[in-house]
Amino acid sequence: MAPPTGPGRFTRFVRRASSEGKLVVQPRMGFGTVEQMRAGLDAVRDVDAATVGTITVDSYTRVNDHASALLALEKGADLNGFPLVAHGAAVTREVLAGIAGDDFPVQVRHGSALPRELFEGLVAAGADATEGGPVSYCLPYSRVPLAQAVDAWAECCEMLAGISEPVHLESFGGCMLGQLCPPSLLISLSILEGLFFREHGLRDISVSYAQQTNQQQDIEAIHALRALAKEWLGDTDWHAVLYTYMGVYPRSRKGAYGLLEASARLAARSGTERLIVKTAVEASRIPSITENVDALERAARAAEREAVAEPAGIPDSGIYEEAQAIITHTLTLGSDVGKALVRAFALGHLDIPFCLHQDNANRCRARIDDRGRLTWADPAGVPIPRARDLARNRQRLTARGLLDMLSYNERRYDHPSRTSHPR
Amino acid sequence: MTSVSSDSHMWNLVFLQLLLEENGGQVVNLGACTPDELVMSECLRIRPDALVISTVNGHGHIDGLRLIRKIRGHSGLASMKVVIGGKLGIHGSRHAGSRAELVANGFDAVFEADADLDRFLGCLGLGTPAPKHVASTEIRST
Repeated sequence: MAPPTGPGRFTRFVRRASSEGKLVVQPRMGFGTVEQMRAGLDAVRDVDAATVGTITVDSYTRVNDHASALLALEKGADLNGFPLVAHGAAVTREVLAGIAGDDFPVQVRHGSALPRELFEGLVAAGADATEGGPVSYCLPYSRVPLAQAVDAWAECCEMLAGISEPVHLESFGGCMLGQLCPPSLLISLSILEGLFFREHGLRDISVSYAQQTNQQQDIEAIHALRALAKEWLGDTDWHAVLYTYMGVYPRSRKGAYGLLEASARLAARSGTERLIVKTAVEASRIPSITENVDALERAARAAEREAVAEPAGIPDSGIYEEAQAIITHTLTLGSDVGKALVRAFALGHLDIPFCLHQDNANRCRARIDDRGRLTWADPAGVPIPRARDLARNRQRLTARGLLDMLSYNERRYDHPSRTSHPR
Repeated sequence: MTSVSSDSHMWNLVFLQLLLEENGGQVVNLGACTPDELVMSECLRIRPDALVISTVNGHGHIDGLRLIRKIRGHSGLASMKVVIGGKLGIHGSRHAGSRAELVANGFDAVFEADADLDRFLGCLGLGTPAPKHVASTEIRST
């Protein structure tokens, strides 16, 4: 089989939109039945914006419980996504037929630590892209030992690398647990997963970052992500994807759209090529097709309105320096990226705050400071400069204190008059 | 405390553990994506005063029913106090019928996303908390 030459359909689309000054917007959307899924993709394709389609799989498929997915389909029970393996590749190919194409590539989104069956299915169905990673889909989303997830993801990357039409792979490393993970750690994980993908033969990839609690800090973080991607992944066809806030979401329509539009402006201002949106009903339930369409149009319009002026000075609070330190240190811990990742987590040198997975040290802590910036409360074993000074920020965390931090953006956007922090 | 087999959400579990501990509870947190068999074997091993199931991915109704039937079908666990809460379906908290079905199948109580925390703690025989409502946390959905 001839090795892939140049980027695949997904990246070509993103590049084209980017050269036309358009932000690619994408939903997180999946429905149980073929009819709903197809209707969803149709509606997203028809949105007045540069959109790519999404098939989000359901959570049974994510944990390889395909029997439960099949049972739910037979009983007509509600699934929270599209059970791609239970439906099978042929059915999925039909869902994509006549919809997916050069002007509308489709990504399969999942959350699986052991995604071999899913990857076989999405490749056979002709999907353009998928996402995840050995760390980002293991520690927050499974009980699978990290070493096992690393092996499974290595195998899956090699499967994708062997296909003549490249399948794009995006790292979910920039989203760990959605909130309260310091920006430099998010960036490091995304770059490290990118390096892992590259090590296993992939060249058509993206790195991610999720909007946090302070726009200036997020601008700095995305700038650092891009600089590090250029340095470490410069020989790949990479782009960056931003996620609209993945934590506790505002409940009011106004608040929800306020946060969504802020993420679209952040994407436009930071030169991010693609944005994964959230909807107005995110806080309470899985959104409908119309609600997704509405969110995509809102985000696209907000990005267009944001004048792409000469970027003002990029703030420097040390995010780049911290991330570079984490990445370079991690890579010394193993003979390849996968081994280095496993060893780094075993030592607590990589550590996701609050993550309960048995292979995560769960010693480091983050907090939201009085300027609304997401900072370290205690880096514990994570090797960043000035770690010892930062450890003094640690305070005993109460349920109330945690809830206050988790709901920081919800409060800020639902009740702007009650909070003094800048938007 | 546990999630259900298909649910990977964690913030709800982190928060509830802190809350229960602050109110005098002693918590063994089994974490996310817990297979039914693990929940049952841990309950048989630990013999807790109560099992708290927290889930927000929308499969709580399906997974919760399956789990409670297994729990109630086991002679060693038939009388253990078991409560479930969170976001149990994909349509928001609207279906009183599904709550009734969960109770009919053996749950001692069902708490949807905006349930009163005092009632929840009271049900477990614990004290009054500071925060007023259970957080409707969502950490991700790919």
